Amino acid sequence: MMQFLYEPWAWYVAGPLIALVMFLLIYFGENFGVSNNLRTMCSIGGGGKFSKFFKINTKQQYWNLAFVLGSIIGGYIGVQHLSPNKAIALNPTTVEHLAQSGFENIGNDYLPAEIFGLESMTSISGLSILLLGGFLVGFGARYAGGCTSGHAISGLSNLQLPSLIAVAGFFIGGLTMVHLIFPFIF
Amino acid sequence: MKYLKFIALGVLFGIVMAKSEVISWYRIYEMFRFEAFHMYGIIGSAVILGVVGTYLIKKKNARSILGEQIYFAPKQMSITRYLVGGILFGLGWALVGACPGPMFVLIGAGFVPILIVLFGALIGTFVYGVVRSKLPH
Repeated sequence: MMQFLYEPWAWYVAGPLIALVMFLLIYFGENFGVSNNLRTMCSIGGGGKFSKFFKINTKQQYWNLAFVLGSIIGGYIGVQHLSPNKAIALNPTTVEHLAQSGFENIGNDYLPAEIFGLESMTSISGLSILLLGGFLVGFGARYAGGCTSGHAISGLSNLQLPSLIAVAGFFIGGLTMVHLIFPFIF
Repeated sequence: MKYLKFIALGVLFGIVMAKSEVISWYRIYEMFRFEAFHMYGIIGSAVILGVVGTYLIKKKNARSILGEQIYFAPKQMSITRYLVGGILFGLGWALVGACPGPMFVLIGAGFVPILIVLFGALIGTFVYGVVRSKLPH
């Protein structure tokens, strides 16, 4: 059992557990949608002074903030205590392609130092990538009315056509970034 | 204490995201290059079980822990907002390799630069709220 906990978990373990999380949230009278917390945080930070979009009853969103707090704790436990070996078993083709793009230590940790290293935080170009990426995720999620959890998992589970359109958009954007824009950045 | 169960669910979610490497930038990159089944298996199996479970909840008129009948609000139909918003989201997702859930998980795991990504996501959310009325939906 402990051995299983320390190994990376296969897709057929993770997928059903994500569905379980969604159904327990539904059973508790709520829903699975993480990006809504960004809106709540803007509201708490005084966003209501600038847009009525942020004039919401934040108290009704405390359950979701509690879920986020749990996710942070879960990330600490999962990475710091349950993952003695952090190497990612990537497809060798992926590794080779990244190596050709100048990446090093590929898959030795969760994140590449080329984007998330200390230098990225201290250079204009590095900071721009982190801020721009975050900006697009935040803006896009609210414009689309949900993120991976709200549309790809919850929305598709409820056979919502809008969610299918959003997920198609996620992939158009992601494929464009990786195949057309990355060659200019890396 | 009514929030304790949500914290517990978040802990489970965070551990699953970490242990299945969904929080890894490399896994997202690999997914968008179609070079691994891993991410498709995770999202696909979650959705298949999700479809079955959601169908059963509706069919059985299941009730929540609060005793209320579970209701799934349908999403308002539109193409522009879902497609354009989705594309912008996808561009960011692939660039920083993290959607909102994994961002928080990565912060807990101790990856400090993700705080800048989260800050960007909050600015993005804020700017959307401000320009919302001028955007086609």
